[in-house]
Amino acid sequence: MILSWWMALVLFAAPGLWALTAIVVDSVNPGQMLGADAGETLVRHFGEWGLRMLLVTLSLSSLRRRAGFAGAVRLRRLAGLTAFTYLTLHGLSYLWFLAGFEWSQVQEDLIERTYITVGFAAWLILAVLAVTSTRGWQRRLRQRWQTLHTLIYLAIPLGVLHLLWLTKAGYAEALVYGAVFAILMLERLVARRSRRPAS
Amino acid sequence: MRSRLPTVPLRSRISSSAIAPSEITNEQWVLNRREFAKATGIALLAGALPSASQAALQPDDEVTPEGIVTQYNNFYEFGMDKSDPAENAHTLTTEPWTVEVAGEAARIGKFSIEDVLKGLTIEERIYRFRCVEAWSMVVPWQGVSLRKVLERFEPTGNAKFVEFTTLKRPREMPGQRASFSSIDWPYVEGLRMDEAMHPLSIMVTGLFGKPLPKQNGAPWRLMVPWKYGFKSGKSIVRIRFMEKPPRTTWNLLAPNEYGFYANVNPAVAHPRWSQASERRLPSSLLSPNRRPTLPFNGYAAEVADLYSGMDLRRYF
Repeated sequence: MILSWWMALVLFAAPGLWALTAIVVDSVNPGQMLGADAGETLVRHFGEWGLRMLLVTLSLSSLRRRAGFAGAVRLRRLAGLTAFTYLTLHGLSYLWFLAGFEWSQVQEDLIERTYITVGFAAWLILAVLAVTSTRGWQRRLRQRWQTLHTLIYLAIPLGVLHLLWLTKAGYAEALVYGAVFAILMLERLVARRSRRPAS
Repeated sequence: MRSRLPTVPLRSRISSSAIAPSEITNEQWVLNRREFAKATGIALLAGALPSASQAALQPDDEVTPEGIVTQYNNFYEFGMDKSDPAENAHTLTTEPWTVEVAGEAARIGKFSIEDVLKGLTIEERIYRFRCVEAWSMVVPWQGVSLRKVLERFEPTGNAKFVEFTTLKRPREMPGQRASFSSIDWPYVEGLRMDEAMHPLSIMVTGLFGKPLPKQNGAPWRLMVPWKYGFKSGKSIVRIRFMEKPPRTTWNLLAPNEYGFYANVNPAVAHPRWSQASERRLPSSLLSPNRRPTLPFNGYAAEVADLYSGMDLRRYF
């Protein structure tokens, strides 16, 4: 069990390690890993992996139900926190490399670019979930903890919408994420029905 | 008399900058340009340039490395990623190449590109290139005056606009085979006639002294430097002179985002990108190279007259 947790950690951290390597390599040899528009590449990288990790988080419960992989549930917090870490780095890279810490531009983006508003809203939700992910908060909030953490079902579609709205043309990527989310939701619906006692 | 190029002052600027000369491969492409000129039998005549294109180069405009100009492209016919065109465009056949001329002109029909270009002087223009996605480059194009090309077809008095259509050939262009693409091929762009006839507008046939790479729009493409990049269509197969504005691809797709004019304008934000600043490539993490975007991409002195009296917030 401990072993699978560590294996998952290494797996989940891989996109972060790639970014770290790329930053080091590019600081010596600009453009080699991050390309001509390094900031943009990094923002995209963290955004994509954040969304993917959110879907991984969601799929772990399904994995337990469908594949009988009991240990999967223990990885949910790790997966969720990894997603939150990547999405925080996504936001920081945007602030640093794309907005250049120009607060007037950030303010304008938050208000006028709907996809940024939506993306920020999703990140805020995830920040609350990350803070309350500890055992201490679980104890304190009791049943309300479950209810609070269903907000992930709102954060993910907001993330997909964020991607959809920033896409100029070619919606295949956003549609794939949307489809995976829909399948995972469907699986939950089916699981719920089968649990309900026959009347 | 002016030298044919701003390369001399530019080169001296580059060598004094932080970028190593080896990254710019300047000498090499100057050499190649000469070889290209010799090979194609086209003399690069001195004094052929209007002074406008030289005057408009800013002191801190450094030519973007060739590796970036030819490998970081938006050419959705070959894929959505910036690296896709360089990877996929080799499948394109550019010979023979014919252009169909239609609409309000005396000479309409099909012409071979060689016939159209015959006798026209190939000039070099180093232009700033500003993408609507808020990145920019400085590119040494070789090409012919668009005005001279269009005049060959003798447009009539009814020609108020000109439409440019990019090749549609799905078997050679994987991006045109992709599902879930919202673009209705072929790619169509257009200009007002006076914009097309402006001395800064060129039809590009070369880059860095070499024939235009396929991923950059071989065998010829438009370059209208005061407009966002998407206005300058690549691999042009059809030119149509029109009385009414052409229905252009991005404008049809999202009229509130992409105006017909699409002049570079820091004061009019795009719904997805603030246009107030740009990242001049290469943009690395340590030096993102952000700089303010200039009205008309810095060519206001040359082109602002074309739009006098127009509300540029409305006609963006």
